[in-house]
Amino acid sequence: MPEDELSFQDKFITSCHTAGIRAEALTPKEALRIEPNVNPQLLGAVRVPDGTIDPFRLTASNILDAEEYGGRLMNYTRVTGLIIENGRVCGVHCMNIKTGELIDIRALQVVNAAGIWGQQITEYADLSIRMFPAKGSLLIVDYRINSMVINRCRKPADADILVPGDTISLIGTTSEKIPYSDIENIRVTPNEVETLLAEGEKLCPIMAKTRVLRAYCGVRPLVSLGDDPSGRNISRGIVLVDHGKADALPGLITITGGKLMTYRLMAEMATDAVAKNLGNTRHCETAEKPLPGANGKNADVHAPQVSIPVSGSAKYRHGERAAKFLSDDKKQNAIICECEMVTRGEIEYAVNNLNAKDLVDLRRRTRIGMGPCQGEMCSCRAAGIVSEMTHADNSENALDSIGEFLQERWKGVRPILWGDAMREADFSYWVYDNLLGYNQLQSLPAPVSEQLFTEQDDNVAVEAA
Amino acid sequence: MLNLINTSFDNCIKCTVCTTRCPVAEANPDYPGPKQAGPDGERLRIKNPELYDEALKHCTNCKRCEVACPSGVHVGTVIQLAKAKHGGFKKGPREFMLSHTDLMGSLSSPAAPVVNTVTRLKPVKKLLDKTLGIDERRTLPKYTGQTFRSWFNKQSGTQEQFKRKISFFHGCFTNYNDPTVGKHLVSVLNAMNIGVSLMKKEKCCGVPLIANGFFDKARKNAELNMNQFARSLTETECVIATEPSCTMTLRDEYPEVLDVDNSEVKDRIFFASAFIAREFARGNQPDMKPVKLRVAYHSPCHLIKAGGVIHTMELLNSIPGLEVIMLDQKCCGLSGTYGFKKENYSTSQSIGQGIFDQIEALGVDYVVTDCESCKMQVEMNTGHTVLHPLTLLAQSLT
Repeated sequence: MPEDELSFQDKFITSCHTAGIRAEALTPKEALRIEPNVNPQLLGAVRVPDGTIDPFRLTASNILDAEEYGGRLMNYTRVTGLIIENGRVCGVHCMNIKTGELIDIRALQVVNAAGIWGQQITEYADLSIRMFPAKGSLLIVDYRINSMVINRCRKPADADILVPGDTISLIGTTSEKIPYSDIENIRVTPNEVETLLAEGEKLCPIMAKTRVLRAYCGVRPLVSLGDDPSGRNISRGIVLVDHGKADALPGLITITGGKLMTYRLMAEMATDAVAKNLGNTRHCETAEKPLPGANGKNADVHAPQVSIPVSGSAKYRHGERAAKFLSDDKKQNAIICECEMVTRGEIEYAVNNLNAKDLVDLRRRTRIGMGPCQGEMCSCRAAGIVSEMTHADNSENALDSIGEFLQERWKGVRPILWGDAMREADFSYWVYDNLLGYNQLQSLPAPVSEQLFTEQDDNVAVEAA
Repeated sequence: MLNLINTSFDNCIKCTVCTTRCPVAEANPDYPGPKQAGPDGERLRIKNPELYDEALKHCTNCKRCEVACPSGVHVGTVIQLAKAKHGGFKKGPREFMLSHTDLMGSLSSPAAPVVNTVTRLKPVKKLLDKTLGIDERRTLPKYTGQTFRSWFNKQSGTQEQFKRKISFFHGCFTNYNDPTVGKHLVSVLNAMNIGVSLMKKEKCCGVPLIANGFFDKARKNAELNMNQFARSLTETECVIATEPSCTMTLRDEYPEVLDVDNSEVKDRIFFASAFIAREFARGNQPDMKPVKLRVAYHSPCHLIKAGGVIHTMELLNSIPGLEVIMLDQKCCGLSGTYGFKKENYSTSQSIGQGIFDQIEALGVDYVVTDCESCKMQVEMNTGHTVLHPLTLLAQSLT
């Protein structure tokens, strides 16, 4: 961009080459041909072998893979303490946060891979891993503005990366240090939204007239080594601690730091450490084995009655496993989420095979409710199906599930509530409350306008205080 | 692939009103409806062009979705452009024949009596059905022995005496198939002291070409027409057309679908009823004698889109003695060339059935509509003769 130093480009290319990464300078014209929505004022561009990972697909694949190797996933189970006997970690105390049920899980080795919560886990054993929570916020826009990752060619700063992901693009991220005590209560601030939009428009001007679907934020589990207020310059290096060696507390291993990019390597390092402690010397081979569904769009799934948008979307999400639910059965092929083309069959598959027991889970496994309408069309339909499958005849559960799901959607929409997103949210509210009478059945959030008033009142109160 | 100029699909809030107003979605379960074919599908096609759904071929381009949309999404255009971009049009000899209306007209019109007799023969219709896929149950349009232009040229001298003048875009049907409406327009306007002149040259507006995927040809026609309009407008007040689909195309589809700039002339293109109704409102109304008839008015889809139904109703209501019953605003199902295609015949008929039944039940003297395609469909499916509003106006002139 004109405001960035062009000299950074040469430095970037040289550094890439030094690191053994291909980097090829492009003329602005070439860059525009590849990505027509990129800002035409660009001074230059560098092409690197970058790529994207679909985090939802990756998670679902890993769950499937683990279960097929005999693992067991216990979602919504919070670790409340470590079982320490004779100076050795022998398992964890847990609580099912949905039912309140207390469970103890005993194990020969416990791996602490709790991300930002890893610090808490070690604290249960009076150990200290000092995490450096850095909040990052992102915006999701309605459709794919770009087909490959577009990055500002400058020192890492706020909102310098535009990433395509399935049907959408996302602009990110901000980076802000937050106190560890705040990690459960983070929210996207108006300032962050403004920065993301302003900087995003510089990357791709079309963003100015594209609907923002939602905003969300997360906390990076950085491990603090130096003193950096933003956390930008903290290395994303992998931290593996075998507490048996480091703290004379055998049975516990902490793996943290890193990035999604290095997640498999981190898993391998942690697994190798566990294996070593267990006396297993076999070499880790997951790097050579494709995950379930890895065949993606090339999957050979025969379903001639299914329309291409439906079968194509299903294959993108589940690869060859889509064969488990794409069939010529009309009922199975009924479209439940129209934005993301999720069928009844896919929902049943996710409930049966991917641990989706309610709508919030189902969204992560199938993309229901992730399109422009943010659950307006699919919540009711999907809740009916999930309820039928999991809690036969218990309408309370279906209502709770809808409420929780819509609240989650609403949380993401609220920071970007203007224009079409506002119309959409208001329309959803009208459908669920006025048309379907949801409020009379269950307590839902107050209407958009009332909530805004309440929030303004809060602000006034704060200022007055 | 991602060069998005028109992002109106982004405004869709999934209210689904468009799909509830889609005549095809109602009649044919293979069509997912305009919401899915349009804005929903567009996001997927941007992600990956391979996600194009061939069911888009069922869209008739009636534009009812666009009229219904409360969010300003150009649903019909999104679908047409997607079909064009992703090879969604089958452009065979049948499509060529059906869509090149001016070429077919100029070939058929000189031999009209022969063509008209031949195309009514059962074996010929069977042959067209088997070889081209033009449904044998369709009545094919007749051609006129004397084109509107040649009739007009013989009396163009009389038009010179008028001080005020408009340009008339007659369209293919008036020129080659049935010049009646054109003649009636001339007499009505003349009775209002307005002369008529024609463009030196005009080409098919492009509506059948767009519907069959011949975008390049349509664009060429559009460019020629716009040049001709600009030239003609130096000597006349405005351009008017009697065919709703032509009017809509000249005014709205040129810039939106064909990317042909018509901003210089757009505001001076009028649907005939709109122009005449405005003149009436300003006091330029000829003396009219009663026309004692009971008629049913059918509003054509493209006239609803172009916003002209109210003007036609005003004209009909200004005719003394005429009783007008407005039919439900439903599509007749023919949609220009769509219903002629064998695979669409049953959908086309089932869409129109409601209108046909309503007409039969009313027991009116005539059916009135502005659109030539609707006229063909209604005449084929009911026992009624269909008149153009201008024909009734002409009858009422003293």
